[in-house]
Amino acid sequence: MFELIGIPPQALFGQLLLGVINGAFYAMLSLGLAIIFGLLNIINFAHGAQYMLGALVSWMLLDYLGGSYWWALLLAPVTVGVSGVILERVLISRLYHLDHLYGLLLTFGLALIIQGLARNYYGISGLPYAIPPELSGGQNLGFMFLPNYRGWVVIASLVVCLATWFVIEKTRFGAYLRAATENPTLVGAFGINVPRMITLTYGFGVALAAFAGVLAAPIYSVNPNMGADIIIVVFAVVVIGGMGSILGSIVTGFGLGIVEGLARVFYPEGSAMMIFVIMAIVLLVKPTGLFGRTA
Amino acid sequence: MSEEALATAPKSAETSAPLLAVRGLEAWYGESHVLHGIDIDVRRGEVVTLLGRNGAGKTTTLKSIMGILPKRKGSVVFEGKELMHLPARWIARAGIAFCPEERGIFSSLSVQENLMLPPKVKPGGLSVEHIFTLFPNLKERLSSQGTKLSGGEQQMLAIGRILRTGANLLLLDEPTEGLAPVIVQQIGRTIAQLKQQGFTIVLVEQNFHFASSVADRHYIVEQGETVDMIENSDLERNIGKLHAYLGV
Ligand SMILES: Nc1ncnc2c1ncn2[C@@H]1O[C@H](COP(=O)(O)OP(=O)(O)O)[C@@H](O)[C@H]1O
Ligand SMILES: [Mg+2]
Repeated sequence: MFELIGIPPQALFGQLLLGVINGAFYAMLSLGLAIIFGLLNIINFAHGAQYMLGALVSWMLLDYLGGSYWWALLLAPVTVGVSGVILERVLISRLYHLDHLYGLLLTFGLALIIQGLARNYYGISGLPYAIPPELSGGQNLGFMFLPNYRGWVVIASLVVCLATWFVIEKTRFGAYLRAATENPTLVGAFGINVPRMITLTYGFGVALAAFAGVLAAPIYSVNPNMGADIIIVVFAVVVIGGMGSILGSIVTGFGLGIVEGLARVFYPEGSAMMIFVIMAIVLLVKPTGLFGRTA
Repeated sequence: MSEEALATAPKSAETSAPLLAVRGLEAWYGESHVLHGIDIDVRRGEVVTLLGRNGAGKTTTLKSIMGILPKRKGSVVFEGKELMHLPARWIARAGIAFCPEERGIFSSLSVQENLMLPPKVKPGGLSVEHIFTLFPNLKERLSSQGTKLSGGEQQMLAIGRILRTGANLLLLDEPTEGLAPVIVQQIGRTIAQLKQQGFTIVLVEQNFHFASSVADRHYIVEQGETVDMIENSDLERNIGKLHAYLGV
């Protein structure tokens, strides 16, 4: 039936899968940005660099220590998350009493430094990172071929996104987090340690970016610029979904990945700007974003 | 006697010393100096009100006791312990709970989550069942979004959630503001019951008829200072003076 509109099904499903994969990364990254923005009120411009660090740490772990992909999946988010905790304590926390703009400038500067250092030491040609042997090969689904690793990325990102959503929306810690996002002063006056919660939240958001970086390493080779490339799109995703909305960033991330994939089939010339066109339209019609609360 | 020994002084000394003693409290919003000298004593089990015109500094006084305002000076001693240099979360953990004027119900939390939010700071708080007997309306609305409740129900939730924590000093900022007479009565009955349970309460009120129906003593706040204290039993004799203070 697809031949009717002149598109072979292999191409259509191939692009759709690519869209879902990209969407998985958009979702994980915009989720972290949304959580951080919600509680810290800063736009974490270092997010792309921290995603890249996740991939780079995986590569270093393998190359210098022989640590497998599975170790990287655990250790890279922890390492990068701890660096985020230190960053928040030492630098970012000094800016909370100032305008948002300072947080943005600080994290933007940090991103440039991290990416600059990575370029300096590792060049820009990209470091190859092999698919772990357990996940090589693929499945023939009849209408398309699904590489195992890509299936794994979709499942892993869905699980991580939904687990994050669950913790924030359904647990006691999540209730503290939502309450502190609305009124940190009152939450503190109830006896809750809000500064510590802010630090842990930043660490978690950053760890999530690094986790995405590990998942990305075998797909897009490890490259100092990989974060800078994707983060621009992710910011557009966050704007479309609505700044600070948890479910919004997950749904919008996957949705826009798919839309982008379809655009590559039906209108390849415009696929790269598709998300930005949608962003412009959403901003015109609903400036708080699709899932944003209207004040 | 060491400080340790003072803190655990004999019961007789403790009952004669006030639960809360505020001395020379001053506070600022940025550069603007709002409190110039607040002196309050609250004994264990008392209900004490702060009365005064709009803008007199009543809310600021409660916020300063709670440690919410960053710039303050003077002395706030609670159960023999100086709180002045502590952050709000430690003051809460010492056993003081605050119900803000704007109620502070969280819109991203359900009624249940709002109710369970403040952590327990001491043993001896009310059980959730007990809170439902005080405010039966809440029980029916547990899964609603917090801010979907009516104004009266939100006030009940704002008071109810601080009763669980074990805090023994409650700071209530205008709990009757903007509410229908029957709800004001319900809140009045609740405050009387809480007093019976042994809670100590500092109440900010504009409605002085309400204040006189629940309180033991009244402090008059004027331009950031406590200018007078009237026993509730002396209220009749001082009614002229009080009207002059409040401008009614
Ligand atoms: N956030 C604020 N920033 C600056 N000034 C404030 C703020 N809140 C209150 N004030 C000022 O402090 C004074 C005391 O206010 P407040 O304590 O709220 O009075 P009350 O509760 O007795 O009506 C008023 O003059 C008010 O304008
Ligand atoms: Mg007030």
